[in-house]
Amino acid sequence: MTMTDPKTALQPVDRVEARTRLKWLRDMMLIREFELRTMQAYQEAKIGGFCHVYIGQEACAVGCIAAANPDDPVITAYRDHGHALARGMEPRYAMAEMFGKTGGCAKGKGGSMHFFDRRTRFYGGHAIVGGQTPLGVGLAFATRYENEVLERGEKRVTLCFLGDGALNQGALHEAMNLAAVLELPCLFIVENNRYSMGTAIERGTAMAHDLSTKAAAYGMPFYQADGMDVCAVYNVMKKAVDRCRAEQIPAFVEIKTYRFKGHSMSDPQKYRSKDEVAEYEANDPIRRLADALIASGDLDEKAFRALSQGVRDEVRDAIAWAEKSPEPDPATELYSDVVREPFGPYGPTTLPEMCGHEPGAIADEQ
Amino acid sequence: MTAVATRQIQFREALREAMSEEMRRDPRVFLMGEEVAQYQGAYKVSQGMLEEFGPRRIIDTPISENGFAGLGIGAAMMGLRPIIEFMSWSFSLVAADQILNNAPKMLYMSGGQFGCPIVFRGNDGAGGQLGSTHSWAVEGLFSNVPGLRIAIPSTPYDAKGLLKTAIRCDDPVFFLESERMLGNKGPVPEEEYLIAFGVADIKRAGTDCTIVSFGRPVHFCLEAAEKLAAEGIECEVIDGRTIRPLDIDTIIESVKKTGYCVVVDQSWPFGSVASEVAAQVYERAMDYLDNRVYRVCSDDVPAPYSKVLEQAMLPHAGKIIEAVKKATYLA
Repeated sequence: MTMTDPKTALQPVDRVEARTRLKWLRDMMLIREFELRTMQAYQEAKIGGFCHVYIGQEACAVGCIAAANPDDPVITAYRDHGHALARGMEPRYAMAEMFGKTGGCAKGKGGSMHFFDRRTRFYGGHAIVGGQTPLGVGLAFATRYENEVLERGEKRVTLCFLGDGALNQGALHEAMNLAAVLELPCLFIVENNRYSMGTAIERGTAMAHDLSTKAAAYGMPFYQADGMDVCAVYNVMKKAVDRCRAEQIPAFVEIKTYRFKGHSMSDPQKYRSKDEVAEYEANDPIRRLADALIASGDLDEKAFRALSQGVRDEVRDAIAWAEKSPEPDPATELYSDVVREPFGPYGPTTLPEMCGHEPGAIADEQ
Repeated sequence: MTAVATRQIQFREALREAMSEEMRRDPRVFLMGEEVAQYQGAYKVSQGMLEEFGPRRIIDTPISENGFAGLGIGAAMMGLRPIIEFMSWSFSLVAADQILNNAPKMLYMSGGQFGCPIVFRGNDGAGGQLGSTHSWAVEGLFSNVPGLRIAIPSTPYDAKGLLKTAIRCDDPVFFLESERMLGNKGPVPEEEYLIAFGVADIKRAGTDCTIVSFGRPVHFCLEAAEKLAAEGIECEVIDGRTIRPLDIDTIIESVKKTGYCVVVDQSWPFGSVASEVAAQVYERAMDYLDNRVYRVCSDDVPAPYSKVLEQAMLPHAGKIIEAVKKATYLA
């Protein structure tokens, strides 16, 4: 693979209509706007804890999730806002979660790093680096088990996202080995943004220049995509997803991307140069797709401005909604959701407002 | 004992029956772990299960505790009912992130969306001269974690009834067995039964001193009680059966009757299960105590290899007799 020259057109996408690419554009713009407002709210101390924004990496989540089916499980690490939104979580539930409000996707119990959404089969935001990868293999195990033992459902694949920082965690290697020996349809999708916090990939990862070696060690097919081109991500992922679904095998996907902002909200970024950041910012995946759509006549500047206004309004409404959502009441919330079967001090479990409070209506699982 | 039964089976057979019955009842239940399938179980607990249930439900894993513990949790999030066998709970330490971060906290962190109905089970406590790394009694360590249940049976009867409850539980359960007890035989009825969590069993009734214990040391308590009875001291031996939930009510009721309390726990004394029981007894029954609570734990040292040193470290009947005599002002 060669990185697409930003000055040239994006990869052509087979069998994808312009309106789908316009939806990808809007999805990426929504994530961008959401993250800009997240940074602002964090600076205003409306959001606490650790917070990691997805700006620059939007094409990864949007392109990958577009290539999967709505009932394919998705799981990721702590930089999870983009995946949750790309998967279809409404921004207000995501924002309210970071505000620590009852209307949040986890009723204010998870925070920025622990988004979950049962309706969209988004199995979380997981904050211990690499810890989500064995869980992803378990999701893939469960889909296969449902097909083969419970004899129900269609063949599914699991999208298990990780950052390049997880490449050196034992959990990932155990997970990849298990997926290989048990033949589980789990796609390990590495969003390689080149830095695990402040450590450049070459400083922490053997064979950083050729991650196909990681896949080879476990006998998995390897795929690679330019993460600044959503069309390229989609094309590669479509191939990977289709093959893993049909053959019920794992795969390893590297998406070359870059985060435009710091690792977290408190990162002075002394480990990289401003020139380097500027170089990648010039290759902005949103601008590139917008330019391509304009060049092909599927979008004009006026429509683009309308899209921008639309996502601004949506995120503004999300913030207003989150601000109005009540603080959780310790008397009822502190001891609820600890266990499903209450005992001792523990109360009953309820689903977040996002799920409609109706367990049976959400999913037949569990 | 709550049931009269003539059939005697081994502890390991009771565990196997519990798993097999639940697997016949619920196709979502599967067993995964090291050597559970083709080897027929490192300790023969799962002997014959591969033949009955096949390789899709009895699944061998590589030596990857962190990986397969996490796999089980992911599968449980999607509604399956995994039983994950640790050959030894000592090995669960390499899976700490999965079993302590993910299993017990998933429901809370997801705001009630994703539960984790999973059983982790295996040998706990000293196996017999295995040295420090293989002699973990994890109950002291893990009972500090909210969101999980810990069951620790002492008899085949309890093992079967508690394990069936564990497998049906909608929340994560840590099930602590003992290699030293797997061959123990005891009465187990043919007909189905379950034992609820949080219900202690009075293994021996008595009026003079309450002895509370969990798991294998319950037998040392019974041995001590037998010898003490010959000296005219009638001990009430309470088998907690589960540590979380803790049946503190039964313990308090007994302490109110006897006025004395000894807690016997094979974990290490600092921040131990025994410490927690003692604290709760003080909180709830201070005015009924005629002496302080005495604890009998493992000595506060790494488990040694030497047979002599290991025996010196672990709780045994001699230590319990001494503690009861001190507690009741007889020594």
